[in-house]
Amino acid sequence: MSEDPNKPENNQDFPSSALGPSSRRTFLSGVGAAGLVASLTPFSAAETAVRPLEAPSSGGESFARSGALVNIRLRVNGKDHEVQIDPRSSLLDCLRENLHLTGAKKGCDHGQCGACTVHINGRRANSCLSLALTNQGDEITTIEGIGAPEKLHPMQASFVEHDGYQCGYCTSGQIMSAVALLKEPCGGADADVKEAMSGNICRCGAYANIVDAIQKVRGKA
Amino acid sequence: MEIFDYSRVESAAQAIAAGARSKTAQQGANVRFIAGGTTLFDLMKLNVEHPETVVDINHLPLDKIERTNSGFQIGALVRNSDLAHHPEIVKHYPVLSQALLSGASAQLRNRATTGGNLLQRTRCVYFRDTHMPCNKREPGSGCSAIEGFNRNLAILGTSESCIATNPSDMNVALMALDAVVHIQGTKGARTVPISSFFLLPGKTPHIENVLQPGDLVTHVSLPALPEGTRSVYLKLRDRASYEFALSSAAVVAHVRDGKFESIGIALGGVGTMPWRAKAAEAMLKGTTVDPAKFRSAAEAVLKEARPQSENGFKIELATRCLTQALKLATRNA
Repeated sequence: MSEDPNKPENNQDFPSSALGPSSRRTFLSGVGAAGLVASLTPFSAAETAVRPLEAPSSGGESFARSGALVNIRLRVNGKDHEVQIDPRSSLLDCLRENLHLTGAKKGCDHGQCGACTVHINGRRANSCLSLALTNQGDEITTIEGIGAPEKLHPMQASFVEHDGYQCGYCTSGQIMSAVALLKEPCGGADADVKEAMSGNICRCGAYANIVDAIQKVRGKA
Repeated sequence: MEIFDYSRVESAAQAIAAGARSKTAQQGANVRFIAGGTTLFDLMKLNVEHPETVVDINHLPLDKIERTNSGFQIGALVRNSDLAHHPEIVKHYPVLSQALLSGASAQLRNRATTGGNLLQRTRCVYFRDTHMPCNKREPGSGCSAIEGFNRNLAILGTSESCIATNPSDMNVALMALDAVVHIQGTKGARTVPISSFFLLPGKTPHIENVLQPGDLVTHVSLPALPEGTRSVYLKLRDRASYEFALSSAAVVAHVRDGKFESIGIALGGVGTMPWRAKAAEAMLKGTTVDPAKFRSAAEAVLKEARPQSENGFKIELATRCLTQALKLATRNA
């Protein structure tokens, strides 16, 4: 990138209307096209079409191919939301772009890395490979739903204690997988944990510490 | 990804009516059923699949594993993890449980379904890359793999048009178990033995199975096995976990009085479809169990192999894989 990163950003090149009404993606891609790397004004979520539902009602069952956004209802971390999405959205994009739950990460976007792992009806799943439309009626849990900075889930605390990460990008997926693993049929040995966690790739190679962190919580350490 | 219609159906009849509007049930179908989505949605992102209509079948009542008079019946929407861990499946069909657990990751197995795994698409990199010719994806465009990267592709059942491997582990177990595919379509219900369900690529690699527009796979059934039947799935791959097979073998053997009363064998990772090893079955059935004969039985299967520039090693690998699987299935028998 040729721009001087210290140069103040020139927002006049990007009138707010060019950023689109709601999408963080369009905002970032608009900025990216101009090669700006300076600090960005935090975007406002106020315009996004996300609001808690007051009363449940049955969702639309079909729509025609028009390219229009559609309204869906998703239950995430114990709360119902009505979200307006592109019908092609993955659950991951919906969580990140519409609900601004950015704990689940986009790594490969093809179900190969596990960074997007969330729980669907209590079971771990790659949110990048789930068509959000098909998740209406499901109980979805993200990393934001299992703990908070002031009240970590035991698995989160164990990852901290055992240094189960380096760059941290895969960590929320690792932890969501590890929390789900506690309820799955899984042998007691480290090798069993490695097999059960093989869907979560860690580019930094923190695997040994991740296994230690999980085994501590399982009482196998 | 292209824009599509979406509809959620509540009955098989609705699904069939929606599917019947498709021009084909094969590659490029303009109507697609979606369940777990782990294959279809992935291929839609790559623009390999671009259905005009996506029909959500997740709410059909096809998520049960039931005992029947003749064995077990598995609903098409039973998730791979539920099937793999079902106590009766683990007890009676360990080969199926082992095959499922050797495939993909725990996250994917929680979503992927029996019907979807049955119809799993090849991982040939050229099929997944719309910038490259591929007869399976674009009929008549040519095969990039034959002269290209083909280390992990097929050596059995190939043609001049396609050498793509069927990637499923589950299918290999189903083949050795003589499973039956239950289909409902516009003309009613029918059953297809799994040995007749898949089609060789020939000159039409884009046609992978017998499904027609409107056909809905509703169940897969497994025959009851004689008491004392042993079965095993052995998978060899580049990594210890979360990797497709370079070679795999499913063996289902019933040994009585030291002889193979019945035996079903299938290979994975080497065939354009899950590969029934009839030559080995014919050599072993009715004979005394003798591990010294296993290698020659395996060699008989691989005799038909046609290796490419990079995958000749699979002949020996598959031979050893099957030899070892036969030993595991007959240990202390």
